[in-house]
Order: sequence, then C-alpha cells, then structure tokens
Amino acid sequence: MSLWNDFQPRFPRVPQIMANFYFLTHFYTLIIVSIGAALLGTVSGALGTYAVLRRQSLLGDAISHAALPGIAIAFMLTGSKTPLILVLGAAIAGWVGTLIILSIVRLTRIKYDSAFSLVLSTFFGFGLVLLTQIQRNGDANQAGLDDFIFGQAATMLKRDVLTIGILGGIALIIMLILWKELKLLIFDEGFAASIGFPTRALDILLTSLFVIAIVIGLQAVGAVLMSAMLVAPAVAARQWTDKISLMVLLAACFGALAGVSGTFISSIAVGVPTGPTIILCATVIVGFSIAFAPNRGLLWNSIRQRRNRRSLKIAAAKLIGAATTENQIKNDTRSS
Amino acid sequence: MQTHETNAIQVTDLTVAYRETPVLWDIDLDVPPGVLLAIVGPNGAGKTTLIKAILGLVRPAAGNVLIYNKPYDAQRRIVGYVPQRGSVDWDFPTNVLDVVMMGRYGALGWIKRPGKHDRELAMHALEKVGMEKYTNRQISQLSGGQQQRVFLARALVQDAIVYLMDEPFQGVDATTERAIVTLLQELRANGKTVVVVHHDLQTVTDYFDWVTLLNIRRIASGPVDDTFTPDNLRETYGGRVAFMKNR
Repeated sequence: MSLWNDFQPRFPRVPQIMANFYFLTHFYTLIIVSIGAALLGTVSGALGTYAVLRRQSLLGDAISHAALPGIAIAFMLTGSKTPLILVLGAAIAGWVGTLIILSIVRLTRIKYDSAFSLVLSTFFGFGLVLLTQIQRNGDANQAGLDDFIFGQAATMLKRDVLTIGILGGIALIIMLILWKELKLLIFDEGFAASIGFPTRALDILLTSLFVIAIVIGLQAVGAVLMSAMLVAPAVAARQWTDKISLMVLLAACFGALAGVSGTFISSIAVGVPTGPTIILCATVIVGFSIAFAPNRGLLWNSIRQRRNRRSLKIAAAKLIGAATTENQIKNDTRSS
Repeated sequence: MQTHETNAIQVTDLTVAYRETPVLWDIDLDVPPGVLLAIVGPNGAGKTTLIKAILGLVRPAAGNVLIYNKPYDAQRRIVGYVPQRGSVDWDFPTNVLDVVMMGRYGALGWIKRPGKHDRELAMHALEKVGMEKYTNRQISQLSGGQQQRVFLARALVQDAIVYLMDEPFQGVDATTERAIVTLLQELRANGKTVVVVHHDLQTVTDYFDWVTLLNIRRIASGPVDDTFTPDNLRETYGGRVAFMKNR
C-alpha cells in the first residue's frame, strides 16, 4: 500500500480505492476467462489428436456449424441461457448433423465432401435464421446469443468455466480409460473388429467426445472457428513427436497455451475478439512447429537434404576419381 | 469325437454383395485342421472379402461360417488375423513393440493395459520374425517387408489356432518371402491352420499343401496336387494362364 501511495501521490484517496477495485475485478475476470480458455484448449487439443490421426479433421467443422441451431432452439424452448442447457442443445444438434452426414455417405452415392458441405451450410444457415428471429422478437434476455457465432470469451463467467471443466473432464477421463481401445480403433479398425471390439460403438463414442470438445468451446471461440482448436494443436504436436501419448499431451499443452495467450491478448487490446485471437495464437504455434520442429520440420529437412546432397557429391567424386585412375593405369599398362 | 471330420473352417452357402453385384456367390469351403491353404484368384475375385466374411468383418447376404463347429463370435480367441499391409496408416505415431502388443488386446479385454507378460510375448514374437532389433523403431521408418513382419508378429502374439492372412507376401523381397514361408510352415507343423491370400501362381505348389481357386464362385478347393490343375486355373482366370503350360 505504501508503495502504491508513493507512486500515486497526486490522486485523492477515494478514486484510488476505486481504481484498485476496478483493477481487481478486471484481473479476476481475466483469471476466470484464462482458466476457461486453458481448459477448453486442453480438451480440444487432446481429443483433436484423435481427429487428426483418424483423418477426420473436417468433422469438427461440421459439428461446430451444425451446433448453432441447437443453441437457438435450446434458448427458444427454455428461455434460459444456462450454459449447460445451451451446450446440451449445441451437442444434440452437432450430433444430429454429424449423424446425417455419415448416413448420407452410407446410404447414398453422394460422397463425403458433398454431404459434408451440404449439411454444414444448411445447419449453419438455419441457426442464423433462428438467431435473427430471436433478436427480432426483442427478448431482452437474448443478448449474447450471437456470441456463439464468432465467440466472446470476455463474457465467460464462473459457471461457464465450471461447465467447460466438468464436461471436458468427463471427456478426457473417458479418453484415458479407453486409451488402448481408441488407439487400436484409429490405427487398425479391421483388426480391432476381428478381436471382438465393437468398432461401431467405439466410433460413435469417439464422435461424441469430439462433440463435447467442440461445444464447450463455442461460447469462447465461436462456431465458425472452433474446429481449428481441434485440429491446430494436434497438427503442431505431431511435428514434435512420434509417440501418440506424447502427442496427446503436447496437443493439450499447445491448446491451453493458445487459449490463454489468445484471451490475454484480446483482453489488453481493445476491440479484439477473443475467438479469432485464440485461433491466430494456435496458428502461430502450428507455423513455428512446421518450420522448426526436428525431423519433420521444414528447416531440418532442408538442412538434411543439403547435407545428403553434399555427401553424395563427395562419394560420386571419389567414385569418378577412382574410375579415372583405374582407366589411366589400364591405358598405361596397355600402351607400354 | 471324430476330430478328422471337424473342419477348422467351414463356410456354407456364403454370398456377399456390396450394392447389387455379388462379390462372393454361394461359396462352400471346408478347410481341414493343420493345412496351409492358399486362396488364389484374379483381381476382384473376392479373396479379401472371403477372409473378411470369415472374420465377420463384412455381413454376408446369405450363408454362414463355422470355426471348429462354432460361429466366429464364440471362437475369436483362437483366430489370428493379418490384414493387408496397406490397410493402415504407417505414419501413425507409434513404434514396433506397441503394434505387436495390439495382438494381446483381445486376450486383455476392455480397459486393462498390457503388462510385463504381454511385453515378453511380444518380444518373443518379434524374435521369431527376426525383428527383435527394431523393437523401438518408429513404424513409419520400416520397409515394406519389415511392416509385414510386424503384422505377422502381432498375429503370432494372438497365439491362435487358425490364422487368416491377407497377402502377407505383398511387396516383400525374396529373403523376407523365404522367412515368412518358413514361419508359415512352422505354424502348420505345430498343428495350426493357416489360410493365406496369395498372388504368385508360380510358388503355390512350393509353399502350400492346399489351395482354393476363387473367382466370385469357388472354382475348386482341395490338396494342391489334385486341385491346382491347368483346367481349374483356366476356369478361374479365364484362359489367361498360358505360362502355366511350362510346368
């Protein structure tokens, strides 16, 4: 306190307390938001590893876009903005969207990419229509629902963080319990089925885990960008390790790092939305990993290539040298 | 009990269709215990599908499959499977030992993790296929032949009685092929039944004692000497086996 007084001698007593108070509440909000962002980064990073390894990166995009009408409908039905209810609505809609895509692919001749873009845009468009409708009806309580499009981490409250923590925690625990089964499913589904694991059920479970990872991030990061949180940390982590357990751990850390740094940057810079900032932070991590990671990184590759080329040149020179001397000797002996 | 009448694998009236066209049509197949059997046929003959149908991985439109007189679900613990090498992503972040230990997952069941015993079994299997030096090698750094050996080791760890292998010789060099054949014949010598999808007609008589000729229908099946005849081959391949005359 005395230090503060030394630095602020000209301010009168009362505003100083208010300044302190303002600082404290702001700091408290920042802490809450950071914890939330870190949690969702951890969950989506860890589970994203499975999506990336399974080549289902696009699934996240489908889930997040398809979730939007679910949020609107959940609000219209209950009139409540309780995070759990909205997340539940998002999860159901995301789930249904994914299921429709998978059924279209299975039952018709329409290919995955077409089914995917069809369902994604239809659901997202429907969600936008519903949200506009809700706003037009002028329910005072609706403010903040459109945050789910582009994300607004600053509005995150303790109960939101709690929801992220509990749901994400459940998803992570399931992932850890079924570690061996999920690993086998992703690596060799046919073999998994041959030794008796119900691959269809495991597949549905894994998709449900993706749904959880996506919907808990919708409020902070937004439907448009959330799938990047599933993919980016995992892609970055893959650059650094050849071990799946380490990859999951690293992806979780990268996700948390992106979450926290994105929240932090958007909270000091005025008018910078949180979701896009978090994604940009994740992108920086990916870019750095692709460029500089050992073994798989671009820099490492070009160094290795140059070294190989040089050693090949030396070897070739030696061979040519040996051949010419041999020929010379032959010619010499022949001519003599 | 008349053991010689119990078939290791008995396929009855099996028909499989993806969409409209049948891939396998009314297949009857009896595989007696202790044989080393090659499934031979042209591309698209349904060889892989037959293996998958036996394993219950594709649902047949009709017919059934028995392993030692019981349906596959009851017998999966005595069946080992080597899928096609190309069916998995070899850039998956894991190492050789980890893949081989997956062969123990069936015996371990849900949730339980592999332990010291499983590791020892895996090491033993790796020694058998000559891959013990590659235990900690990242699987993306293996050659085609080494990948194939890893898959074989994983099947050995299953400690099965009936083995189903989908093209174990695909893309391996002569040395590896020799080693794999020795291993298969060793399995047969230990009383196991081994069914192999095979492509190279030249080596059928050298490697195998039974053969099934397949082209959507079962053309013939039995001991190599009686079954692997030019007539049957012509029927299977539609006259495109001129080179066989030199035998």
